Parts: sequence; structure tokens; C-alpha cells
Amino acid sequence: MPSLRQIRWFWKPVTFLLCLTPLAYLTLQLFEIGSLHLGPNPVEDIQHTLGIWGIRFIMLTLAITPLRWITGKAWLVRFRRMFGLFVFTYCGLHFLNYLVLDQTLNAGAIAEDILERPFITIGFGALIMLIPLAVTSTDGWRRQLGQRWLSLHRLVYLIGIFACWHFYWQVKKDIREPMIYICILALLLGMRVWRRYHRGKRA
Amino acid sequence: MMLIKKPDDIRPSEITSEANFLSRRKFVSAAAATAPALLLNSGCTNADTPEPSATSALVPNPLEDIMSYNNFYEFGLGKSDPKNYSGAFKPKPWSVTIDGEAEVTGTFDFEDIVGPYPIEERIYRLRCVEAWSMVVPWNGFPLGDLLKRFKPTSKAKYVEFETIVRPSEMPGQRAGVLDFPYVEGLTIAEATHPLTILATGVYGIDLPNQNGAPLRLVVPWKYGFKSIKSIVRISFTETQPKTTWSDAAPSEYGFYANVNPNVDHPRWSQARERRIGSRLFADKQPTLMFNGYADQVAALYAGLDLTRNF
Repeated sequence: MPSLRQIRWFWKPVTFLLCLTPLAYLTLQLFEIGSLHLGPNPVEDIQHTLGIWGIRFIMLTLAITPLRWITGKAWLVRFRRMFGLFVFTYCGLHFLNYLVLDQTLNAGAIAEDILERPFITIGFGALIMLIPLAVTSTDGWRRQLGQRWLSLHRLVYLIGIFACWHFYWQVKKDIREPMIYICILALLLGMRVWRRYHRGKRA
Repeated sequence: MMLIKKPDDIRPSEITSEANFLSRRKFVSAAAATAPALLLNSGCTNADTPEPSATSALVPNPLEDIMSYNNFYEFGLGKSDPKNYSGAFKPKPWSVTIDGEAEVTGTFDFEDIVGPYPIEERIYRLRCVEAWSMVVPWNGFPLGDLLKRFKPTSKAKYVEFETIVRPSEMPGQRAGVLDFPYVEGLTIAEATHPLTILATGVYGIDLPNQNGAPLRLVVPWKYGFKSIKSIVRISFTETQPKTTWSDAAPSEYGFYANVNPNVDHPRWSQARERRIGSRLFADKQPTLMFNGYADQVAALYAGLDLTRNF
């Protein structure tokens, strides 16, 4: 088991940098550094890359607790907040790219999308729910909210469902990729339900 | 002794650079004054023909864009899959079967199908149903000229097209995302409209595999999925043929699939489109009715409710 010191000064910074690599790679592509570049539709490439990493970080965040149950390694939970904040980072940039590059801040088109396109409505809903979670992610907020903090942060389950739904509704025909994430999410949430049910019965 | 290259050895790309090709377009289009309908779309600067503002920006996308950003599910679902996974596809030898309600039917070699017709260049807008667009300088000939040859009977109300099925060379056909073969259809009036062409090339080179080699349909006023690629069968039918996308998702894709900024896709707006190859901070551009070809094709749909017949 790594010591607290090792986690804090080695494993966390390493993880942090790893989490940044998709963003760094995207930046290199965007500015065509080295021989890297985006495809003929760069706005779409950026949108998809940021969105898919947002969903991946949701899965990682939600995987921590079940992994802890399986492995018994309590220190895993020390990485959960970082993953959660990367969810917010990637999803926030995904939305920002939509606002600025995709819609060029055209307020009318953005409002129409959010109000009338269910897949955008639902994605927007997920993003809004992420905001209070990011804000209250600090130790201070956690102490202050006490038990309510846990209840509030259960929103992440709904965010996971909304995010996968958003992805599923967005694709034209090929549902295989969103289905992969839907299955992972079902597994991660299903483990929680299963555990709760069985613990309840024993009690 | 001096070596003289035979024409066969010279690839078109060696003869004309893309830039020269583009500047030469201005002469070509100026000379095309006999075809006013097409001239509208040629980006011509001839003083006799004032440019309509909606069509003035018809600058073709670079070949690189056209060859690397494709929807061709037979080779995979990603936009770069057709480029990356179409290398094993062999577009020659090729033959096309003509059948259905026509006096002349049978299977014809590619040369036989294409041979009789002079190849023209047509610079067309291409609008994908996914709300992006390009401008492509196709080489081809009017489909109507070919169809005439087979003497369709009075029962021939529609034309059905079918893409080749060759899973060994088309990795996307090994996955069951769509029902293959890909099929498409047009009314006989749409099929014989002078804007409707069969394309055999782009930028003066043979059609690349990812663009539908060796023979594809181009119907510029319809969403791109109507312009079926790698055609092996053309059938004259009395009833409206099944088409792949409307079969896969009938509420989202109709038989007509005319470009129409006023009729949204159920999940996204069709009012604007992203022009591929535009600057990163470029605005989307407004989508034009019938993709800008309303003057030429709107009459085909007189009296038809385009909201219901999307």
C-alpha cells in the first residue's frame, strides 16, 4: 500500500498529468505542432474528443467505489475528487467549444438547441448538475455540508445517465460506442444497487 | 534518344496542379455559356453573367478534404475510415446490371456504361444530412443520357440503385450497422434531371475508392446519402424503391431527402451548415433551399408537401 506521502507527492501528480494528456494532445493537434493536426472538420473533432473524455472520466469516477469494495484498497478514494474535477473540466470545455467554435456564440441558435433538441437539453442538464458538485468538492464545503454532501454528490449517478443518453441520442446510427459506455455505467450502478439490496436484507 | 511518355503513363496529377486546375476553371466556365443552369454554379466571373450572391462562394474544397472526410459505411463509420480502410477495394474490372421496367436490360462492362458519354466537370455543393458541406468538382455525365439508352417503359416511375457487396474488401460490411447492400432511389423525373450525374472522377482523377469508385450518383440538391456510391445495379421500377436510410430510421430520413433549411432533422437543425475546410472561428453558413439549386429543381416538387415528404 502506498503511503499518504507517496500518494500526495507522487501518485497524485502523476495521475494529474495523465489526465491532462488527452487535452494536451488535442492542443498539439489544434496548433499543428509536430506533424499532428485535426481532420477536415476540426470543430467536430474537438467536440467529440472532449465529450468522450468527459464520459470516460465519469466512468473512472464511478469506478472508484466498486473497485474499493472489490480490492479492499481504501486509498483509491483519494483519487476520486481529481477524476470528478476532470469530468467537470472536459465537459465544461466540451460545452465551451460548442458555444464558441460550433455556434460562434449565436444566442438564438444556442437557445433553440437547448430548448428543442432533446440530446442537447439532456447534455446541458448534465453540465448544470456538474457545477454544484465541482463547487462543493473542497474539504471546507464537505465539512460544512456533512451528511448532505453525500446526498448532493449522488447527483453523479444522474449525470452519468444523462451523459450516456446524450451520447446515445447524438449518434446517427452507430450505437455501438455509446452502448459500450451504457454497459459500463449499468455495471457500475448495478453493483451499487446490488450491494445496497443485499446489505439491506442482511440487516 | 529522347523518351516520350505515352499518355497512359502520365497521371492527371502530373499534368495539372490543383491550383492551375482551379484557375483554368475560370476559362472553362466562361466557355460553358451554353449551359446557363450550370453556369450559375461555376463561380464564373464573366461580365455577361452577374453572379448570384448565394452561389458566388463556390470554391471547391481541396482534394485532401474530399478524400479524407467521407461517410461511406461500407468502409467503416468514422469520417476517416473510408480513406484508411478502402485500400483493398478493387474498382476494376467493374460491371453494372440494368434491369426492371426497360426494353434493354443486362449486365454491362464499366467501359460500356461510361464510354459513350463525354465527361464533364460539375462543381457542385455537397450538403450532408449531418449539417456539414463541401464543394466538389466532379467529373461525370448526366444520368439521364445513360438511362435513355435502356428505353425505360411507361411503367418505369422510379430508378433504384444498389451498391456492391464485397465484405472481403469492405470491412464496414462485416459489421451490421446498416443492411447491405446499400440501396437508393429517385423518381424518374429526378433521375433524368440535367443536374443529376453519374460521377467517375473528381479533380480530373478517377474516383478514389473512398468516394465511391468507380461509379457513383451525384444529386446535388439532396442530402449526401442519396448520392449512392460504387453502383452495381440500376433498376427501373414501378413502385417507390426501398432506400437504406429511410428503412433504417423512417422518422429521420425520408425517400426525397431534399436539402431543406426549413425542415429540421428530428434531432438537429438543418438551418445552417458547417463548411468543411473553413477557418476554425468561421460561422456556420445558412443552408439554401434545395442546396441552392431551387431555380432548377423546385418545379419537380410543385404541390408536394415537403414537410411530410422530407
